[in-house]
Amino acid sequence: MTAETDGAALRLDRVCRRFSAGGREIAAVEEVSAVVAQGGITGLIGADGAGKTTLMRLIAGLLRPDRGAIEVLGIDVRRDPLAVQGRIGYMPQRFGLYEELTVRENLDLYADLHGVAPAARAARYAGLMAMTGLEPFTARRAGRLSGGMKQKLGLACTLVQPPRLLLLDEPTVGVDPVSRRELWEIIDRLTTDEGVTVLFSTAYLDEAARCRDVLLLHEGRLLAQGKPARFTAPMAGRTFRVAAPESGRRRLQARLAAAPGVIDTVIEGRFVRVVSEAAPWTPPPGIEAVAVAPRFEDGFVDELLRLRGGAATPSATSPAPPTPPPEPAKTVIAVERLTRRFGDFTAVDAVSFEVRRGEIFGLLGANGAGKSTTFRMLCGLLPASGGRLDVAGYDLRRARAAARGRIGYMAQKFSLYGDLTVAQNLAFFASAYGLRGGRRAARIGWALAEFGLGGMREAAARDLALGYRQRLALAAALMHAPDILFLDEPTSGVDPLARREFWRRIGALAEDGVTVLVTTHFMEEAEYCDRLVIMAQGRILAEGTPGEIRAGAADAARPDPTMEDAFVAVIGAASGAVAAETVA
Amino acid sequence: MARIIALIVKELQAILRDRRGRVVLFAAPLIQLMVFGYAATFDLNRVPVAIYDQDGSEASRQLVARFLGAPAFALADTLRSDRRIDALIDSRAVQMVLVIGRHFTRDLLRGRAAPVQVIVDGRNSNTALIIVGYANTILTGFGDDWRAARGGRGPPAHLVMRARYNPALRSQWFVVPGIVALLTQVVTLVVIGLSVAREREAGTFDQLLVTPLTPLDILIGKSVPGLLIGMVEASVIVLAAVFWFHVPLRGSIGALYAGLLLFVTAVTGVGLAISAVSATQQQALLGAFLFMVPSVILSGFATPIANMPLWVERITLVNPLRYMLVIVRATFLEGAGFATLAGQFWPMAAIGAVNLGLAAWLFRKRST
Amino acid sequence: MNGAAWRRVRGLMRKEAVQIWRDPSALAIAFLLPAILLWLFGYGVTLDARRVPLGIVVERPGALAASFTAGFDRSRYFAPHRYLSGRDAEQAMAAGKVSGIVWLRADFGRQARTARGAPVGVVIDGVDANTARLVEGYVQQVWAGWVAAAAARQGERDALPLDIRPRVRFNPSVNSRHYLIPGLIALIMTLTGALLTALVIAREWERGTMEALMVTPVTLRDILVAKLVPYFALGMGGMFGSVGIAVFLFGVPLRGSMLVLSFCAALFMLAALGMGLLISTVARNQFVAGQLALITTFLPAFILSGFVFDLHSTPGFVQAISHVVAARYFIAILQSVFLAGDVWAVILPNAAALALLAAIFLALARALSRKRLD
Repeated sequence: MTAETDGAALRLDRVCRRFSAGGREIAAVEEVSAVVAQGGITGLIGADGAGKTTLMRLIAGLLRPDRGAIEVLGIDVRRDPLAVQGRIGYMPQRFGLYEELTVRENLDLYADLHGVAPAARAARYAGLMAMTGLEPFTARRAGRLSGGMKQKLGLACTLVQPPRLLLLDEPTVGVDPVSRRELWEIIDRLTTDEGVTVLFSTAYLDEAARCRDVLLLHEGRLLAQGKPARFTAPMAGRTFRVAAPESGRRRLQARLAAAPGVIDTVIEGRFVRVVSEAAPWTPPPGIEAVAVAPRFEDGFVDELLRLRGGAATPSATSPAPPTPPPEPAKTVIAVERLTRRFGDFTAVDAVSFEVRRGEIFGLLGANGAGKSTTFRMLCGLLPASGGRLDVAGYDLRRARAAARGRIGYMAQKFSLYGDLTVAQNLAFFASAYGLRGGRRAARIGWALAEFGLGGMREAAARDLALGYRQRLALAAALMHAPDILFLDEPTSGVDPLARREFWRRIGALAEDGVTVLVTTHFMEEAEYCDRLVIMAQGRILAEGTPGEIRAGAADAARPDPTMEDAFVAVIGAASGAVAAETVA
Repeated sequence: MARIIALIVKELQAILRDRRGRVVLFAAPLIQLMVFGYAATFDLNRVPVAIYDQDGSEASRQLVARFLGAPAFALADTLRSDRRIDALIDSRAVQMVLVIGRHFTRDLLRGRAAPVQVIVDGRNSNTALIIVGYANTILTGFGDDWRAARGGRGPPAHLVMRARYNPALRSQWFVVPGIVALLTQVVTLVVIGLSVAREREAGTFDQLLVTPLTPLDILIGKSVPGLLIGMVEASVIVLAAVFWFHVPLRGSIGALYAGLLLFVTAVTGVGLAISAVSATQQQALLGAFLFMVPSVILSGFATPIANMPLWVERITLVNPLRYMLVIVRATFLEGAGFATLAGQFWPMAAIGAVNLGLAAWLFRKRST
Repeated sequence: MNGAAWRRVRGLMRKEAVQIWRDPSALAIAFLLPAILLWLFGYGVTLDARRVPLGIVVERPGALAASFTAGFDRSRYFAPHRYLSGRDAEQAMAAGKVSGIVWLRADFGRQARTARGAPVGVVIDGVDANTARLVEGYVQQVWAGWVAAAAARQGERDALPLDIRPRVRFNPSVNSRHYLIPGLIALIMTLTGALLTALVIAREWERGTMEALMVTPVTLRDILVAKLVPYFALGMGGMFGSVGIAVFLFGVPLRGSMLVLSFCAALFMLAALGMGLLISTVARNQFVAGQLALITTFLPAFILSGFVFDLHSTPGFVQAISHVVAARYFIAILQSVFLAGDVWAVILPNAAALALLAAIFLALARALSRKRLD
């Protein structure tokens, strides 16, 4: 047990783990070596498929490494997984709750499993309930809790026996910013009050800043490791922002991306954020750039680019065409008091908004906010319980097939036929949209070339890397050059570079006059939208351009709030209003 | 039309590119055909018997020899007293005991009917009846020959038995065509029943619904592959029945295929209806199962429908397998054609139409 | 099992009980499904041919012919239809209206007086070979009765040299329902046992709770025991319900002791649940587990268990395969305990085989499962 005294909670030594899928081997974790000291929060950061979950499972003894050694709290996991499992807490991505059991029964079960003495339970439960704010709900079944509460209960269950090391696998995915902040507070308190060591995996890069140490994973390899500052330090003096008019942001971004010495450009409200290749950078003539503080994401993108070579926003394939300023924009989607009830539960409550031609319109909210339900009603996948909706002059639910030929749809999780090859998928969707003959062949050729899929025509879709699956799904949705594009959580899980490339394409499409409706729970992606609505509990809480929404949340303490700040403020105001109503 | 063809091509690609799918489709049914084709038999072979010959004469030995010479029986024990008879049967060591009385030869010679006792195990009453039948045939034959040899006068009438369509009364001829229908149903049901649920789970079903394809297009696009696969499957099993099991195919192949087409359509309708109400593959599988078990047991596959009480017989009227079994057996063994089978065609067509209609309605209701 | 382990198992079992109580699908599979299937199949499945439609052709009526055909009218096995010519009767058979034909030629009366006797043509629809054999037997019985009566009337000797006395032990009325219903119980409980465990474990995987369980100090033994005990209790409940239906609704005699039946049922339930556990262990993928459960339960228990098809008469490779079908042993026991009584010579070897199978399935499930995800 010497390792415990020298302070390492976790040692990974050249850990490898491969899986075979579709006849070929995929390295999920490749030669990862790291040491995590006791105490504090260590972030395990990377996109989907980076190997975060596999690494977590290896540490918890749920998987065996093919090679390498893992030592948790001084114990070799391979030799004695039970001893390790008695000392750690692990919350898998889906919390592991029994939905038929009440909050209290779930706690009892995990207390039994961890061998917590009955006498010690009352005090421990009280502490956990106070910490998570679940006291009023102990008799409620876990299945009837909200997403945020389920997560806190999942956390409480892993804490019934105070663990030495706590493994949290993407606990903040799909949770609204308010719950996310509460969760972080709980975790902070755990590390300070109880001295728990926390390993926290996440795909949200902004969470890296809250960690003491960061392990950055990319495609199974440990890209870098260190304090968050270690990632931002090399970026000093290389980050700027350029003010832009709200309507011309995308053209400005394209221009900046093409400028020499620029490796990354991101739209951020009224500004375009620029990352340069080296410290002194002179903006192109006529553009005024203000230096800003570097962020973790800048460091990550920089590392990825060094790995891959090239710039984050290549302007090669299709430079944004200088389209004439759009004529007085026509309303393409109109929604009026749209309502959807499931039994006595109102998922969407009298929602109204309009989307104009060539606009990127965002539906922003946490899981369960009603954005997916709204989205499905717009696409005609779900009948509305009340209200009116109009997409390009049709109600798609009742519209003839031809009307649906004008829309493109990209489902969550990039739904493709996994057994079919890339070429077969494209051929099928081309035919499904009624393309034939030369035009069909031309569009398939276009999709293969435009999305860089030519080299993998014969690969089964399920074997593609996530980024390529996303491209293929978008290509399939664009086969028939639709006027309106529906995108449901189009970027969840893909790495920052793929995300940038994706938004560049969407931006170009919008410039061409395609109307885009997109849902997302990534707050920062709201910045790519021309206009957006924030939804919570089935209602629209705020509507406007990203700038307007952020401005609404600005106050003396926070003159320039982020989109997440704005979201939290909007939710806070709404619940305040409800509280006021109940008091009155 | 081009859209529907694209759907069909996609569906076939998806089914055939999946290794597991290919196993379920082709390997499993053939293995089952082989095992069940040999296992599902009512014919008796090597039934263990015990003999208690109290007479021990020339005549009684001749009778015993006739029993042991028959392939249906195999000698398991020879008794010297009647003490162990019940124990042997109770313990299932033997299924039949033949007891030849002490005065067997004397009675025969005096022209008095000589008592011969056949004791069988009734726990499986069907086997018991068949054993009694076999024993009867041997004993009657012995009696006839005995009498003929002494120039005695026979009974005023004797039976000349002849079995039409299956002269040797081979169960395999009865069971194997039944398996053609049975396995065709299983495969079609599994392929169709799971296809929509699988797309729902993968999220591609939404993707389909927002294309210009109408629910009817999707319905057709889902049924035709099931039909094609069901027909190919059925053809493979028919070939195996004819060339491996040597079951004669005497009737009209056209009528057989017309029947198969209607049958697969009806099963496809059931599969699609199950598919349309299930949200997950697990549910679809359970649904397919809950349809399959009663449909097999109440189909006449192993136990004749004519023996069922009237109310159960009425339930079987909605079971497409019931009609298909009549058609395969009639076309294989009886040499039937369209004319005699008309009564089986239209109920399947009606079941198919109702189920497809129901599936279409459920599709529209649940999916859009 | 020490205190901590016992507390873990108890906690898991309590959880399982609460789940069963609040989500009634398991209760439905354990009680409702067997009851409905047994009720339906109990009525639907019978091999006894009753009132077989039989065509009778008498080309020239006479007193002798009338006395012969009267035997068929009296028999409870036949529903005779008269036809004027053989052609009509043959057509009726082709159309499926009659299952057999008894044909007395015009010279029946004359030939009956000769030494050889008159030939009576019997044509039977042989498509269903089993029914055909039963019908043959029934026709022979009627004929033998007629011959014996005729011989007795005329004091003739030698007409029938042998006096055949069949005796069917245990089931003298040869009621096939009495032997099929015990078999059905085994068939249905095979399904129930495999479905219960396979589906319940699949659910834990699907909802991600299995992953959470595995990182607690719980051992594999704890998990398997905690799964086995509640569903064993459920399955036994379904079993007793089925036995009750068999005895009270269908009037199957229960000649053996309830104790022996319960003990053997317990062994069988362990084997069935063990197979379900094994399937869900081998195929972590829910979809494959479901398909495997379907392929390996219903049809084999139906065809390879001796339920309707006699196993003695099958080729060697089929008999070899049938040895791993637990239903085979349980059906042998059930048929004996119901119809014959506690016949130890049948019960002991079959119970031993069940115990062995249960032990093998459970040991394999234990050996093949890993407290890991790979």
